[in-house]
Amino acid sequence: MEKEVLVEVKDLRISATSDEGVEIPIVKGVDFNIHKGEVVALIGESGSGKTTISLASLAYTKPGLHFAGGEVKLRGDDLLSMDPLKQRSIRGAKVAYLAQSAAATFNPALTIGEQVTESAVLHGILDQEAATKRAEELYEALELPDPQLIGNRYPHQVSGGQLQRLMAAMALCGKPDLMVLDEPTTALDVTTQIEVLKAFKKVIHEENSAAIYVTHDLAVVAQIADHIVVLYSGEVMEQGPADQIINRPQHAYTKRLMEAVRPKPIAGLGTDVGAEHNRDTDNLEVREVTAGYGGNVNGEPKIPILKDINVSVKNGHVVGVIGESGCGKSTLARVMAGMLPAARGDIILDGEKLEGSLQDRKLSELQKVQFVFQMADTALNPKQLIGNIIGRPLEFYHGLKGKEKHAKVSEILEMVELPPEFASRYPMELSGGQKQRINLARSLAATPEVLLCDEVTSALDSIVGANVIKLLTNLRDKTGVSFVFISHDLSTVASFADEIVVLYAGRVVEQGPTDEVLVPPFHPYTRLLISSVPEMRIGWLEDTMQKREMAVGISRGVEMTSVGCPFYNRCPMAMDGTCNTTIPPILKLNDGHEISCHLTLDQLNEVEADTRRTLDAAEA
Amino acid sequence: MMMRMVLQRLGIGIATLFVVSVIVFVITSILPGDVADIILGQSATPETLAALRAELGMDQPWYIRYFSWLGNLASGDLGISKAGGASISSLIDSRIWNTLIMAGMVSLISIPISIVLGLWAAMHPGTRLDRIVTFGTLSTISVPEFFIATIMVLIFAVKLKWLPATLYLTGNENWSELLKAMAMPMITLVIVVSAQMIRMTRAGILNVMSSPYIEMAILKGVPRKRIILRHALYNAIGPIVNVIALNLAYLVSGVVIVETIFSYPGLAKLMIDGVQTRDLPLVQACAMIFCAVYVILILLADIASILSNPRLRHPK
Amino acid sequence: MSEVIKNEDEILAKLDAFAELPDAPPKRKLKLSWVGKLASLVVIFWLVIVAIGPSISPHHEMDMDGDDSFMVAHDNEYGSFYLGTDHLGRDTLSRVLYGARNTIGIALLATLLAYSMGITLGILAAVKGGWIDMIISRINDAILALPSIMLGLIVIAALGSSVPILIGLAGVIYATSVFRIARALAQDIMVQDFVEAAHARGERIWWIIKSEVLPNAIMPLATDFGLRLVFVVLFISSLSFLGLGIQPPASDWGSMVRENLAGLSGGIDLDGNTVTSYAAIWPALAIASFTIAINLIVDDISAKSGGSLAKKMI
Repeated sequence: MEKEVLVEVKDLRISATSDEGVEIPIVKGVDFNIHKGEVVALIGESGSGKTTISLASLAYTKPGLHFAGGEVKLRGDDLLSMDPLKQRSIRGAKVAYLAQSAAATFNPALTIGEQVTESAVLHGILDQEAATKRAEELYEALELPDPQLIGNRYPHQVSGGQLQRLMAAMALCGKPDLMVLDEPTTALDVTTQIEVLKAFKKVIHEENSAAIYVTHDLAVVAQIADHIVVLYSGEVMEQGPADQIINRPQHAYTKRLMEAVRPKPIAGLGTDVGAEHNRDTDNLEVREVTAGYGGNVNGEPKIPILKDINVSVKNGHVVGVIGESGCGKSTLARVMAGMLPAARGDIILDGEKLEGSLQDRKLSELQKVQFVFQMADTALNPKQLIGNIIGRPLEFYHGLKGKEKHAKVSEILEMVELPPEFASRYPMELSGGQKQRINLARSLAATPEVLLCDEVTSALDSIVGANVIKLLTNLRDKTGVSFVFISHDLSTVASFADEIVVLYAGRVVEQGPTDEVLVPPFHPYTRLLISSVPEMRIGWLEDTMQKREMAVGISRGVEMTSVGCPFYNRCPMAMDGTCNTTIPPILKLNDGHEISCHLTLDQLNEVEADTRRTLDAAEA
Repeated sequence: MMMRMVLQRLGIGIATLFVVSVIVFVITSILPGDVADIILGQSATPETLAALRAELGMDQPWYIRYFSWLGNLASGDLGISKAGGASISSLIDSRIWNTLIMAGMVSLISIPISIVLGLWAAMHPGTRLDRIVTFGTLSTISVPEFFIATIMVLIFAVKLKWLPATLYLTGNENWSELLKAMAMPMITLVIVVSAQMIRMTRAGILNVMSSPYIEMAILKGVPRKRIILRHALYNAIGPIVNVIALNLAYLVSGVVIVETIFSYPGLAKLMIDGVQTRDLPLVQACAMIFCAVYVILILLADIASILSNPRLRHPK
Repeated sequence: MSEVIKNEDEILAKLDAFAELPDAPPKRKLKLSWVGKLASLVVIFWLVIVAIGPSISPHHEMDMDGDDSFMVAHDNEYGSFYLGTDHLGRDTLSRVLYGARNTIGIALLATLLAYSMGITLGILAAVKGGWIDMIISRINDAILALPSIMLGLIVIAALGSSVPILIGLAGVIYATSVFRIARALAQDIMVQDFVEAAHARGERIWWIIKSEVLPNAIMPLATDFGLRLVFVVLFISSLSFLGLGIQPPASDWGSMVRENLAGLSGGIDLDGNTVTSYAAIWPALAIASFTIAINLIVDDISAKSGGSLAKKMI
């Protein structure tokens, strides 16, 4: 039986007005319906107009935009043509909004409780007392700590993941018919994302509320949506039930989006390296490095970030470094590049020990190890032409001038698949993906031996990011450069790296060839990471929550420890008296695969079998 | 945490006062060279010079002179004026109240006007009245204080003949006469100080108004009045208090011009007379008073912004 | 069932051919509103007067050619007095034209001095850091702790007033704020990734300052130059107004206002009646037009912010 239609979006058009007064269409005639209790996902990349469309259901446009036509009907009443006062009475009461960054959308000067209940009380839905009570119930449903007290706190006094859930409470307090969720988990770490996603799904279900879920992440969509609308440049490409769009996409663009989603990180993804580059000698080696910030006291950094790190990068290999934010991945790359001198330990390049700091390194050593920054936006000087940005290393390291330099710049632009005309442009005139290519090109211009890539795809849209990875693979095959590839995204790392290093709280917990790291036995943290990567499969969220490591792992934060195993407080197998007091030994397995854990190989294997059984039981 | 920061600011404030006193002393006592020479001028003979130097303590090293000057200052002994030989304390005592009364009245009038106008303009950006306020205040802060004062004289004294252009107070005036005498300098100062405050209040609110949490409040259906008075004002209160304190400090320079143009018998006029006659002890004393008030007001502004920061008021 | 299938090939072609939209449109030209254009004309007008003022003046600034003090506009055998005469019977128009050179010229020199000191020290402090930064910053704070007018007054009390002292004084006082801005700007730029990339490449500090820091600091500093110039004009003309700035008989807008205040109620018309003499108003208007115009231009090119959301409130 067809459910009652709640929202009807018909031929919606939204335009911007440029400085010259020219109207630029942003949303170009979009139609879709939302039924009661249904979650509709709007997916698309940046510039697709998904957020703009979602805000239309609150009769709102961002400053600079305006409605140019069409209607958005809520229970038959058109919101766009309504009197402003009536529009206001809809916002927060009938339709509620959840923004991407809760940290920015909570007012820092007011208590959480006041903000959560504000809209319900203002619209006369509940009185203050009832609203506070309802808020407490919601806190409980969202599994927030201290439901009675958390309302008295200020936004800066709770964690990011909690704030994200509190925003859901804020939206739900007035019992809205429709919730608009705008990329609510994008800014979160994978393990936090699961926790928030789970909470959202639960309350949406319990409240029987309809929702618009805006995201670029197909795997997330698969977990939460009933109906999917695929957008590109303000137009609907394809829409239909979630199951059909995900399993049987029709439109070529949707298929392209699907391709860009990295497959689940499993063994066999790591590519074999071309034999001519594979000299199996260490190119760059990190030995017993401890590093941090704030200066050193007795050889120990004041704010320690990395502890006793051993990593080696073989000639022509790609070493992927993975871990959650704050685990020290970027710091490791900075230590390698000499931007942060290590407090202890050595960096060895081609068998020669490198000085810790930039000033003491030789020019030829600097040239051989190049760092690629995460954000191309800030890594490229906005006041320099692309030609000068790429030309500078050529001039600086190789003494190229004039015509010769110019020709080489064109050659390098070609290498990163950009036209040579780009040399006379400024970074501002390029798109995000193009800028990231220039960023890479500058490092390539130095003709390095090792390229340190720090989260080079995280700020990019999925298709653009996938193209950059493709480019990197080509470059590796063509040039034989070794890569250190840093990312928080395990799937990306798995598809590109020959070896994987798993960092947790500044220590290497597991490392080895990709194919070894991604099959059991796992370090408990690696397992948590693997289980947290959303799969593009309906029902994955429920499955993964069955796993034992999830219960302990996702709701706790990272703690730096100086004794014992840093993962102790999140580990389902933690042994009191051992794990929290003694530094774990290194378990050496096949092919240089190493796991740093107190459990024996047999114990680790047993845990694996246990998980298998739980999952099978859940399925049956 | 917050207490510690406030105490730290207090410490910095005291240190600043100390540094300011050194600068004032160095500029007025050491830069001019031999004060005895200046005082005696043409009539100087080596004997009289030596005698005067000894009398002024000039034969002592500079830091000893500095500390004895500072000690005297702290105990209220401000020295003897060069002109007429009157005690500086008594000269200042008769004038300082005039200046304080005027500054107080100006503050009382301009603070509420500025906050209301600034808030109002921020609530209706881009409207015609907002543009008038913006243009008017920009123009006012762009021109010298004496321009405003001159225009005031032209309008109220010359054309309308309501108020006297300059005044000669004898000290025996009754309240209404005094008020009439103070009207023109006060109006001038109110205009000058308010313009700055209105602009900064408006900018402070608008700055907060572009925050994502204001957009969130709009999307929650919160009415305009509540957005301004609760969501925006609670965050802008620190900047606004800061603005008020800063602009009261700004009065220091306004007062100098206004007292001169209207011959108002205040501390600033006394100081300008001292500068013109190069009466260095008098200038020294007046400058120290003005600078101390300035430093204290800046300090208050600083502390106000610490106290109004919710992150510091409610630590984790 | 899928409902909409649109122009697949076109979209894929776009994706393949790097038709990604640029993040920002190609360089936006500096656009002024009509207010800004008008203000620019006023500023250019006064700058021209600074250059050629004395050569187009009908009289010399010090010639007492007029028929009487505070006369309204009239002609006599020495020529025309379009704006009347001042308290000594000199031509007001000529003195305003000559005064531009003193008021604006001196202020420009002082501002340039403030800028060269402030930027050099600011970038030095930001780049070197450590104790060099400490010392320069503390001295700077100490000077900033005094209200500028007070600092001006005590220095003039101690040393007297002359043009070099005025330029040096205003230069030092306003160098403090330039220092603060330049230091903050340079510090912001120095921690940008592209500077770090240059460091990592092994670039020398001078190359980094020249190629990475300065090009990014120049626009904000240029905007600030306008504001600073206004402050210096106000500072110097206020001192002149107090009789402590540019000394008579040289013409200067600030002192002209002071000298001619009495004329507001003491002017004489051609029949010998007492009228209002505007000899004090013209130089005051000259200052005001110049400073307001600069502020209007700065206001026009500074990014407007904040107003857009406020319009969305209901």
